[in-house]
This record gives sequence, structure tokens and C-alpha cells, in this order.
Amino acid sequence: MNIEKTETLNIRSGEDIVRVRQNVRTKALAIGLSLVDQTRIITAASEIARNTLDYGGGGTVQVDIVSVSVRKGLRLIFNDTGPGIPDIARALEDGYTSGGGMGLGLSGAKRLCSEFDIRSEVGKGTTVTLIRWK
Amino acid sequence: MEQIPILKIGDCLLVSIQVDMHDRMALALQDDLTNKIVTSRARGVMIDISALEIVDSFIGRMLNNIAAMSRVLDAVTVVVGMRPAVAITLVELGLALTGVRTALNVDRGLALIRKIIDEQDGAGVLDEYREN
Amino acid sequence: MARSKALLQGVLDKNADPLVARWVELQRKALKSGQLEASELESQSKKFVKALQSAVVSGDIESINTPAWAEVRDLLEEVTRARALQGFSPSETATFVFALKEPLFEYLRRECGKDADKLADEIMTASTLLDQIGLYTTEMYQKSREQIIQRQQEEMMELSTPVVQLWRGILALPLIGTLDSARTQIVMENLLQEIVKTEAEIAIIDITGVPTVDTLVAQHLLKTVEAARLMGADCLISGIRPQIAQTLVHLGVELNVVSKATMADALSLSFRRIGKVVIDRKTKKESGISESAAD
Repeated sequence: MNIEKTETLNIRSGEDIVRVRQNVRTKALAIGLSLVDQTRIITAASEIARNTLDYGGGGTVQVDIVSVSVRKGLRLIFNDTGPGIPDIARALEDGYTSGGGMGLGLSGAKRLCSEFDIRSEVGKGTTVTLIRWK
Repeated sequence: MEQIPILKIGDCLLVSIQVDMHDRMALALQDDLTNKIVTSRARGVMIDISALEIVDSFIGRMLNNIAAMSRVLDAVTVVVGMRPAVAITLVELGLALTGVRTALNVDRGLALIRKIIDEQDGAGVLDEYREN
Repeated sequence: MARSKALLQGVLDKNADPLVARWVELQRKALKSGQLEASELESQSKKFVKALQSAVVSGDIESINTPAWAEVRDLLEEVTRARALQGFSPSETATFVFALKEPLFEYLRRECGKDADKLADEIMTASTLLDQIGLYTTEMYQKSREQIIQRQQEEMMELSTPVVQLWRGILALPLIGTLDSARTQIVMENLLQEIVKTEAEIAIIDITGVPTVDTLVAQHLLKTVEAARLMGADCLISGIRPQIAQTLVHLGVELNVVSKATMADALSLSFRRIGKVVIDRKTKKESGISESAAD
């Protein structure tokens, strides 16, 4: 996988979540994602960015335009140094929430992506990677 | 902080969300609307989201909450103008918004609100005989 | 091992014209007649030798992925893409590069005279270089073919999505043929777009022409019905065949939507929903569409 363009944004406030959405939107347009796919990846980004802020205590997102052969994609890597997730399998279930949300953040975002990966270590933090291929 | 304007037309409140709202703004709108339903004795609330490019679970929850709260306050909420891509994404996200009534556009939304209010108040009753 | 490029450079400088002539001749032998205009082949070959010349002078001959080789790479891309589009086979496309070996080696041999060691070295150098160029051509060929396939797939998707308007406010989507996940998705997106465009309150998805439905497709159907509801429109499904009904029940997929046996029944229900009636002119009686169709 080639990385054609990369940019890192901070997630420290509610306004930052809006900025992440807008950044992802610009890049999704740039690689020519279909309208529905654009909406999917922006929505997924919004969900995970909110998790990063609310549960991870803030962090960063790296927004990459990637390619494999002629296929282009958008990859988002969210990083926080928060408390981590003790039971990832449970966190990925629909309806599970440790905060006041509807518990759709992780599982919902996963359904909106082509590829989804989550790694977490209790006490160290969480990394969530999303890819949407064209 | 920016605020979303709430317009009153007859016994309906109209909100048209034109900006990408951050979370605090959405919460503020929810508060404002509930207050306004009570103070204006509105029977219908129409939320136009045709300008929204995405609705994530936070905004979805706000729409659900507004619908539920307005029901308690004897008003009906109709969400209008949701874009196809947004609707598909919401379904995939797992948010069915089952408690929210919907319509294609503002015109249809108003008609739907009228119809629901009439049904609630007993269809066929002449306006002048209606309580209130 | 760093290779010397002096001799290769010299050969290209001194013998460019006869080299091109012989190369073109060999290429024409390898290709079927009429596949390519002679003049086009000649100009391509001339341009290539020229680009090769300047790349050898200024660049590293061990890797053609360096900036000095950009012109050569561009030319290869252009030639390969054109051939892929014209339906050349991979070997016919690669001939462009590999036919250059014979004349090039011949001139190298003349330069080296009787020095066998030197000749072996030089041929090794040139051969490695041409192999790299050949592989690059193959990669480009593959890439072009992928692009062609991708484009054709997109075109096919566009062809297979007719949404028709049955009445003001009523749309129909007659689905025909096997539905795979990708096609269903595009068809459904189109339907939702059309609902917005025509301000339709009701959309009928007719699956009479669909032989089988798997879980994934059934889920897409359901998703569409839900999405349409979020937008403020109702979806009806008509024409579910007995086998499909059985499959759905076996799969445990519950189609939690209004379904009607035929499109006519669905249309009749749609009329009622939007407050329209169909009147039989002879008896002046209101009639459902399915009854009048049975006359």
C-alpha cells in the first residue's frame, strides 16, 4: 500500500470533530469516492473522533490518501493515550456503551468501512484504523 | 456561540439546520426547542435537515430526543429532507430513528403535521368547536 | 556491481538510425499485419530510442525507477495503454521492448570485437536494463487492463438501473436478473435519488424477474426500505416468488415490509394511499387494478 498524502489533526474539542469531518470530506472528494461512500467514511470518522475525545481524553487522527495498484482509498488512524478498552469484543457489540451514548460508535463505524482495525492496551491508549476503498 | 434559529409559523415551529453542528450546538438546539414548544404552545415541530451532509449517532440521538420530548409536550415532530446518502448511512450505522416521523420536504412535512394533529383532535370536528 | 554504461551509450549515439530501422523491422514481423500503422510504429520506436539515449546519458542504468527515466516510463505507459486499448495480447505488447534486444546486442558485439569477457559483461548490462523495461511494460499493461475492466463495470452498473414513474408520486423499480451485492447497492441508491427528484411518496420494488435472493441482497432490500422511510417515502415490495419466500424464511430474514403478490396489487394499494381511485367506465364502479386486469 502506497501513502500518497498524509496529514495529522488534533482532536481536543467538539469543534475539532467538525474539523475532522471537513478534512475527511475534502480528501474523500479528492479521490473520487461516490457520494454514499463519502457520507459513510465521514460519518465513521465523526463517530470514532467522538470516541477519541470522550473516552480517550483527546488524541490525534492521521488522514491518509492511500493506493494499491489503480485502487485508491482513504485511511484514518485515530490515536489516543487514554484508559484503553479492556474488552474489545464487547465494545464492538451493538448497544454496548461505557458512556451515555447509544453504543453504536465502534460497531456502527465498522459497518461503514471497507477495513476496520482496533488495538487497545489498558492504561496506554487506543488506536483505531479505518479504510474506505474506492 | 452560533445558534440555530427557531421560526414559529402558526402553531408549528420550524428549524432548518444549515451548518455542520458541533455537539454542544446540537445540545443547545435540543434545549431551545423544548423550551420554545412550551412557551409557544406549539403542536408541531418540523426539522429540515436537507442541508446536512451527514447525520452521525450524536445528531441522530438529538433528533430522537426532540421527537420523544415533543411527544410528552403534546407536539408532533417531523424530520424533513434527509438526503439519500445520509439515510443509507444512518441505516448502516444502526440508527433506525423509529420514533421519528419523516417527510420528503417542508411542504409534505407541514401536511403531515396537520394530518396528525387532526387525527389526534378527532377528524371532522370543525375548527371552531375544537378545544384550545 | 556497478556497471559501466560507456559502451551502451556509445552504441546508442552512433547507431541510432540503423538500430531503429532493424528494431522496427523485427517488431513488424512479430505483429499481425494491419495491427499497427507502420508510420506510428516507426515514430514510437524513434522516440523511444531517443528517450533511452538521454536516460542512459544522465541516469543510473541499474534502476529505471529514478527521475532520469521519467521520459522513458511515460513513453512506455503511453505505448502500452494504446496497445491494451486496441486489444493487443500481453506478449504482443511486450514485443515492443524485447524486439530491441537482437539489434542492440548485435551492435554491442560489433563494438567489442573479439573480447568475449567484455561482450558478456556488456550484454549482461543491456539485458538487465531491457528486462526491467519489459517488466515495467507488463505492469503498465496490467494496469491499463484493470482500468478498462473498472470502466466497463461502471458502465454496466449504469445500464442496469431503470426507475420508472407509474404515476405522480409513485415510482417503480422492476428488478430483473441475478442481484449481487454491488448491483443491488447501486440500484437502491438510484431509487432513493429518484425519490428525491420526483418527490415520490411511494416506491414499488418489483422482484418478479429475480430468480434468487440471498441474505445479503435481502438485507440491501431491507436497508433501502428503511432508508426510504427516513427520507419520508414508503416502499412496497411486489412479485416475491414462492421459492424466494421460502429461501427468506429459511435464511431467517424477515422482510418486515409491506409486500404484495403483483405489481398491479402494489399499484392499487399505492393509489389508495395517495387518495386516488380507479373507476370502471362501463359500470361506473370503483375497481381494484387486479380485478379490472382480469376482465
